[in-house]
Amino acid sequence: MEDYKFLPDDFELIGDKQNIMIDEVAPSKPQWKDILDRFMENKGAVIGICLIVLITLLAIIVPMVSRWGVNAENTAIANQAPSSVHFFGTDYLGRDLWVRTWQGTRYSLIIAVVAVVIDVLIGITYGMISGYFGGMVDSVLQRIQEIINSIPTLVVLIILLTVMKASLTTVIVALIFTEWIPMSRITRAQVLKVKEDEFVLASRTLGAGNIFILFKEILPNIFGQLIIMSMMTIPNAIFYEAYLAFVGLGLTKPLASLGTLINDGFSLFQVHPHAMVIPAIVMAVLMLSFNLFGDGLRDALDPTMKEM
Amino acid sequence: MSQREKILEIRDLNISFKTGNKNVKAIRGVNLDLYKGETIAIVGESGSGKSVTTKAIMGILAKNGSIDSGSINYTWHDEKTGEKITKDIVKMSEKEIQTEIRGRKIAMVFQDPMTSLNPTMTIGKQIMEPMMYHYGTSKEEAFKKAVKLLEEVGITDPEARMKNYPHQLSGGMRQRVVIAIALSCDPYVLICDEPTTALDVTIQAKILELIQDIQKKKGISVIYITHDLGVVAKVADFVNVMYAGKIVEKGLIDEIFYDPRHPYTWGLLSAMPDLDTDDDELYTIPGSPPNLTQEIVGDAFAPRNLYALNIDKRLDPPMFKVEGSNTHEVASWLMHPKAPHVEMPESLKKRINKMKKEGAINA
Amino acid sequence: MHKGDTILEVKDLKQHFRVSRKQTVKAVDGISFEIKAGETYGLVGESGSGKSTTGRSIIRLYQPTQGKIIFEGEDISGKMSNKALKTLRTKMAMIFQDPMACLNPRKKVIDIIAQGLDIHHAYSSIEERNEKVYKMLEMVGLSREHANRYPHQFSGGQRQRIGIARALIMEPDLIIADEAISALDVSIQAQVVNLMKKMQKETGAAYLFIAHDLSMVKYISDRIGVLHLGHMVETGTAEEIFNNPLHPYTKSLLSAIPHPNPKIEKTRKSFTYDYATSGLDYEAGYEHKITDTHSVLATDEEFEQFMANAKKSF
Repeated sequence: MEDYKFLPDDFELIGDKQNIMIDEVAPSKPQWKDILDRFMENKGAVIGICLIVLITLLAIIVPMVSRWGVNAENTAIANQAPSSVHFFGTDYLGRDLWVRTWQGTRYSLIIAVVAVVIDVLIGITYGMISGYFGGMVDSVLQRIQEIINSIPTLVVLIILLTVMKASLTTVIVALIFTEWIPMSRITRAQVLKVKEDEFVLASRTLGAGNIFILFKEILPNIFGQLIIMSMMTIPNAIFYEAYLAFVGLGLTKPLASLGTLINDGFSLFQVHPHAMVIPAIVMAVLMLSFNLFGDGLRDALDPTMKEM
Repeated sequence: MSQREKILEIRDLNISFKTGNKNVKAIRGVNLDLYKGETIAIVGESGSGKSVTTKAIMGILAKNGSIDSGSINYTWHDEKTGEKITKDIVKMSEKEIQTEIRGRKIAMVFQDPMTSLNPTMTIGKQIMEPMMYHYGTSKEEAFKKAVKLLEEVGITDPEARMKNYPHQLSGGMRQRVVIAIALSCDPYVLICDEPTTALDVTIQAKILELIQDIQKKKGISVIYITHDLGVVAKVADFVNVMYAGKIVEKGLIDEIFYDPRHPYTWGLLSAMPDLDTDDDELYTIPGSPPNLTQEIVGDAFAPRNLYALNIDKRLDPPMFKVEGSNTHEVASWLMHPKAPHVEMPESLKKRINKMKKEGAINA
Repeated sequence: MHKGDTILEVKDLKQHFRVSRKQTVKAVDGISFEIKAGETYGLVGESGSGKSTTGRSIIRLYQPTQGKIIFEGEDISGKMSNKALKTLRTKMAMIFQDPMACLNPRKKVIDIIAQGLDIHHAYSSIEERNEKVYKMLEMVGLSREHANRYPHQFSGGQRQRIGIARALIMEPDLIIADEAISALDVSIQAQVVNLMKKMQKETGAAYLFIAHDLSMVKYISDRIGVLHLGHMVETGTAEEIFNNPLHPYTKSLLSAIPHPNPKIEKTRKSFTYDYATSGLDYEAGYEHKITDTHSVLATDEEFEQFMANAKKSF
């Protein structure tokens, strides 16, 4: 006890002078900052988001400022390898692949993003109604969903092509037709989990209506999951567009998407591999970035890591 | 009491957890002793670090937790030679702990029997498995022993029960099975982490009585972790009161219940409603436990303490020995000779006097 | 509502749940009791006794299978008129068990507490609403600076206090506290119970206090009902239940209360009761009155036996 140095007022009783009737709560970090910190810790996710931003910017800017036209043909310079004039070389019609690749990325991104946004809207609504109301409503909605799910997308697209022309819209419609289903499943599962929570019951005992409970109580709590899910669907949609283009059901010529570029390059692959390899790499990088980003988001929004 | 044999000794244990980029000091300089055949209780609120302490004893800290300093020494007699061995678990490898300590020397009963049993395995298999793993017991022998264990923990028709799955049993039954599993390898220390909180009140007492019976029969030592002073009163010989990762008062059960010295212990004791308390407000400890992610300066309890001293804001009190006892220790500056004399709250004093009287009649 | 008026009357309430085509769980099987304005009625029983179901049926989270629930003169057990629904939602509130789950983690404390006001548009300006919330926060021992925080920043006891503030903001006449303290540490339990008592003094609300632990119930309740397997086996004032318990189940509950006195506790053995082997028949029993307030569920023979046992112990 000798190693303590006491001050003269050390043994004054101050307990009764403290205001202990009102709690002190130590300020802690706001939630969004926690999420951001966790996200930043994940290197892959940060690289992913940087690449997404970079690719998006290139896709927007390059076709706007390049001195080569997207569809400008010049057979005199056909099939050139990448050089300082044509960064990605030219194709069999002498079109500059640097411009066409980024223009193609632009279309691929548009298709993917539009399809996913609409999927999310349909999927969330469907899933929320199905999960929240339950009973008969749920049974009927689930059966309908199973029926739709059993039709392959390719079949849907072929049927669609008999009534619609092959175009951007057609591909988007085909994607919407099937891609919302996983979204609605996730939503429904989440709603089922949250709707029995005590805070939802509390809201009901206070007289909240269904709309209030769905949008103010349940949705904010499952939103993180849904964002992650939609981030994971985007690469799927990009790939699916390319797949459709490759089998010849995508955009019509001379429009370029990453899929049609790969398709075009494929015929000359053994002689001029650059025409196919470069768009393929861009697509791979894009898909990988979205996956990395989605992963990072999941870890940040939904830390399953047990603390203590 | 004849020669008390120390089998577990914790010295100056410090444990911290890394969450995010913060460091949480969950355990701050804990000392603890356990003697053969005795029962100690660690009492505290949630977040006081009582569970972390026992997890450290079992060597099952979460991945983000680390033992910063201190030692956890086990002493046992070798099965063959009878030689006395002492080992520090902090310095042992994960594998050594797994084969030498966990399950074999020391076993744990968790709070919720539903989650601590494997729902896809029959209870018989779950009791037999540790024996077969640790001692290489043959299947027949293990079966025989498992039936005997089930009988010991008060399960009727044990042989038929061996084939049951956990969900086919009631909550109280399940907890009995958990105890049987814990006992299967003849541990000499049993840790019970809130063994009764998940159970109905009428069953709680039964489970505690069961653990006491077994303890008497087998001569094992038991560590209880609980926030319920009723449980402590029933089972413990020695009590450690924990607050914010530190032991603030320790002593024999009678010393803690009839002569508490730390304001926090006063609060805990007063907060228990007595069956005769009437109308007047229950005495409580105001406020909430501190957030351990924040650096604590001085006494962690000071902001909630009606009897705080100026020094509490500056310096963390050391353990003071209570005069006339070599077991009772208190970490509060109020025990310092220079401190003003402070009496425990009037209502608590009255209650303790009454308890003493009741106890005298009872004895 | 004046003190002493009957505010809630539950008559022969039954709540059955159909698990499958063959199986129906009779969670609550014909219980009756009443609560007077400003009093606290404790409902005690083990898990599966139907105590939480009773609370939830009363506040109409479930549709009662049978029986009547009369609240402030309105029958709220069947299909409800808009007026009845409105009285129910503003005049009755609930406090939940799990402090971790009962607050929406994505909402600020201020919006959680103001929820009742928001739903019923019970304010004329945002300032008025916020002012009400701040006042409420201070009443439950938190400060107005906490209003803009999220629930995860609070400890269990503090969250439970926020839950109480949410229940009280509409100034209800009846508050159902469904195991409101059982998930809390002992010292925090006392804090919350004190707060509930203080709020009762200030607002005059009646409580239906549901718990599995008799010691706090005794402390807070005026009258107590003991539930077992969906039946109300005994009801009476707190003194009657504690000093003169008749039903063996009540006795077993009482004997299970831990005593914070090591000298007594060390030697005490608890009393066991098992319905299956007791020979009692809840279905056949009916309410026997001992006094105006004290009654027990029994058949005639059982009742005689209870009374004989009670005399013996005196």
